[in-house]
Amino acid sequence: MLDAGPEATPKSDSTPRGYLYHRHALIVRITHWSNAIALAILLMSGLQIFNAHPSLSWGKSSYSNRAPIFETSAATAADGGTIGATRIFNHTFNTTGVLGLSRDGGRWVAKGFPSWITIPSFQWLAMARHWHFFFAWLLVINGCVYLTFSFFRHHVARDLIPTRSDWRSIGRSILDHVRFRHPTGAAAARYNVLQKLTYLAVIFVLLPLMILTGWAMSPRLDSALPGWVDFVGGRQSARTLHFVVAWTLVLFVLIHVFEVLISGVWNNLRSMITGRYEIAPGPGSREPM
Amino acid sequence: MGGLLLGGCDALSRSEWFPKILRAGEVLSRRVQHAVTPRRSMAQEFTERDLSPTFRSNGTANPDDATYQAFAQAAFSDWQLQVDGLVEQPLGFSLEQLRAMRSRVQITRHDCVEGWSAIGKWKGVPLADVLTLVRPTSMARYVVFHCADPMDHAGTKYYESIDMEDAYHPQTILAYELNDASLPIANGAPLRVRIERQLGYKMAKYIMRVQLVDSYAGIGRGGGGYWEDRGYEWYAGI
Repeated sequence: MLDAGPEATPKSDSTPRGYLYHRHALIVRITHWSNAIALAILLMSGLQIFNAHPSLSWGKSSYSNRAPIFETSAATAADGGTIGATRIFNHTFNTTGVLGLSRDGGRWVAKGFPSWITIPSFQWLAMARHWHFFFAWLLVINGCVYLTFSFFRHHVARDLIPTRSDWRSIGRSILDHVRFRHPTGAAAARYNVLQKLTYLAVIFVLLPLMILTGWAMSPRLDSALPGWVDFVGGRQSARTLHFVVAWTLVLFVLIHVFEVLISGVWNNLRSMITGRYEIAPGPGSREPM
Repeated sequence: MGGLLLGGCDALSRSEWFPKILRAGEVLSRRVQHAVTPRRSMAQEFTERDLSPTFRSNGTANPDDATYQAFAQAAFSDWQLQVDGLVEQPLGFSLEQLRAMRSRVQITRHDCVEGWSAIGKWKGVPLADVLTLVRPTSMARYVVFHCADPMDHAGTKYYESIDMEDAYHPQTILAYELNDASLPIANGAPLRVRIERQLGYKMAKYIMRVQLVDSYAGIGRGGGGYWEDRGYEWYAGI
């Protein structure tokens, strides 16, 4: 909730240092941080689940006449030693230490993703599934709370849908981002157009895709409307998409954290914790956007 | 810090109390899966073009059990399926008798909990038809499958259980054929159950006995199945 105006609260001291205003509503802050925790755990427990069958296929089953499109394995190298090998389409890479073969407590273990990125750290599929589904529900419940709130408070329409002037400034916004320049002054009170589009894509495309491809892997939910899974390419395609979209979300988080760091980390963090965001003074913001 | 976080997650996983909280998600999943799909919703059926070239064998590939091996030697000619428990008429069925009953053929996708899937063509007798002959009593709530394959050095044999809703589901069959041939030993000969709306570990292979019970608490460690006793979900709908 970007709520400038009525809730704006000028700072008490008289120096023209700008003012704090109420940027993020409580619901947005709570769902933001619980989502952050849920997504981290979903990723790590998901990679543990992936490790039970470190291979991705396209189609209705894993065993068709087509080779997997992504696969990690422990392979024998030319010199007789063991290496971690990762195959993507027809290209095989030596990924020893990370994918296929990695160290776990001093021992070399053949596994897809290494122990430092999985929950639990050692192979335990049943437990990973319990983590994964618990936090999947947390994510879904969070999403419902957030969307209910957003529609009642017009958060999406007011703060996330790009305005006509946003669209006109998209070229400049891209240039600004590439140069790591960020809006200041009153312009910083609103999300910029790339930010809006990214958040919309995460909320209305990527996260729903994660949920949909997750459901597609459920034999019980597949029976709701027999054949619906073919719309995402079949069950194994759904698993592949689940994996790809998960890493797309990781990419989003990396860029998101990077932008937070370079555009006033304390101000950003405070606004997502207390809700208050400081607007720098002066009519002329350094960057017009 | 990452190490601390991971160590914390491992400690929580090993604790007595935390997995109980996590498993609240399991209850929610089961309820929602049942709420959004009808009792008789049908699993997708495929065409011959979709068949996996070979149907993967997982878990036991050849039971290390003298009684089973003797049955296998005789091509299961003297093998019998015992059906008993909370039934009015306990019965034994030879493979020949099962083959003579009404059969159902279905090309379905087998989803393993590990993440892989294979598509196979199964032929078998609907479990509902077998149950009709033995007449379960009103006390019967679960169908337990007792299998021939020992899973560990202690000789614990595989077992599984399903509720009456799945037992009477039209696609729940006791399969004796895979891809137009007698069910291979690697895939559960002479008889395995197909429960198409659940994961592979529910579909017990090498079935020797079907028992109707009011509770599975007294079987194995009480989880309702070999893998359930080792932390997996009893209702394996996802």
